[in-house]
Amino acid sequence: MIKTFIFGIILGLAGAFAALHFVSVVDQHRESSLISVTRNGGNTEVFHINLPIDRIMTGAQGQANPLPPGMEWPNDPIFSNVRAELFKLRNARDAIVGVASRFALSDPEFGDKIEWLLHLPARGSVFVRMSPQPVDRSRVGDLSAGTREFGSMLGQVSERWIADTSGSSGDLTGRIELSMNLLSKEQYVPDAEDAE
Amino acid sequence: MRYLVVLLLGLVTGVAIALAILFYNPFTAQISLSPLAVSDSQQISLRYSAVAEDSIIITNSGDSSRLQPNPVKVLQLWEAPISNTDVLVTLLHDSRNKSVGIGVKFSSRSERTRLLNGKALVDSAWYIYLPGKGSMLIEQSENHWAFLRDVIIPARWNSGNKWRGNWQGIITDGPGALGTARVYGGSGIYSGLNSEAIETHTAKAYSTDVGPVAMEGRLTIDLSVEVDDETSADASIY
Repeated sequence: MIKTFIFGIILGLAGAFAALHFVSVVDQHRESSLISVTRNGGNTEVFHINLPIDRIMTGAQGQANPLPPGMEWPNDPIFSNVRAELFKLRNARDAIVGVASRFALSDPEFGDKIEWLLHLPARGSVFVRMSPQPVDRSRVGDLSAGTREFGSMLGQVSERWIADTSGSSGDLTGRIELSMNLLSKEQYVPDAEDAE
Repeated sequence: MRYLVVLLLGLVTGVAIALAILFYNPFTAQISLSPLAVSDSQQISLRYSAVAEDSIIITNSGDSSRLQPNPVKVLQLWEAPISNTDVLVTLLHDSRNKSVGIGVKFSSRSERTRLLNGKALVDSAWYIYLPGKGSMLIEQSENHWAFLRDVIIPARWNSGNKWRGNWQGIITDGPGALGTARVYGGSGIYSGLNSEAIETHTAKAYSTDVGPVAMEGRLTIDLSVEVDDETSADASIY
């Protein structure tokens, strides 16, 4: 009888440690990535944000109807030149794959900037700074930094507003399209102009 | 039949012993000294309240085991790819409790979590904007095991589902070699900054119903490493 009990204890210990070692506590859901490979060996990936349904927050001073309702945006004058937004982020198949923040900054000393932080839980984060002046209806910015999968990448991200004029999408007014053109730092070969 | 009952009792005892070893494992003690504490370089310290009600917004999947979203009507992150993610937008204060910036923190439970090794990991990214100074990104891997063991589990064991005490710990666990977070400068005087940071939490009260009741987070950011913009070195210390 005592031998059976001791065997049970050993079995329980081994089973518990095996479960703790082999069973994943966190199971991160992944959507298939939709990436196009470009001629220079880099890749292009397009994300979008459907508005208004993917907007989580709009933070700015003087809003009559803050989003989300009940939010108290700071009234301190130092934040008067900041507009902060949070969104859910979708891939090209229209599936939610991450979250993103967009800060429109108007600093008297450092000028105007738009800064994005895209967070894809299964892959990493992308920090992008862009000029607020659009070129060909798009704003283009450089990848300032990336984490995890994006840590070894460099490239550009463009932001474009596409209005929904079809009227077939219900409440949608349009979407923000974010196109990422990234290249591994190992593959990057500076051209003659850059080298100078 | 008797042998089967004894075997089951043994199994239950074995699992209980394994969990006790896991809980009291002395090899999973948290780091008490900040790797940045021994640095004589210029640092900034930013504080924020980790209480949900004090945040500008906090949102997640809305599960009962998570922090309650604030405000109540905020859009929740219930879709599968983001259901393990929390988003916090908060005011950042200096050491004199003056508002100096806004921080957005995205944190997602990590698949690298291994409770057997005392690693309850969260991958997080902070976007920090300090008006008149600039912006930066902080990338870190956080280990919440010590907080889970010392605060959350005792709160669940407590008949009132509450914990009171004084807990302080460094939650940053990488990706830097010394267990520090990576800092990337964005705009302003932090442009070109490539540095390190740590995040510390100080808890005084916790409830399993609402999460932290009295808790503060502190980001300590080293400003001296590989600053390729000379103006950045002139950043004043908050």
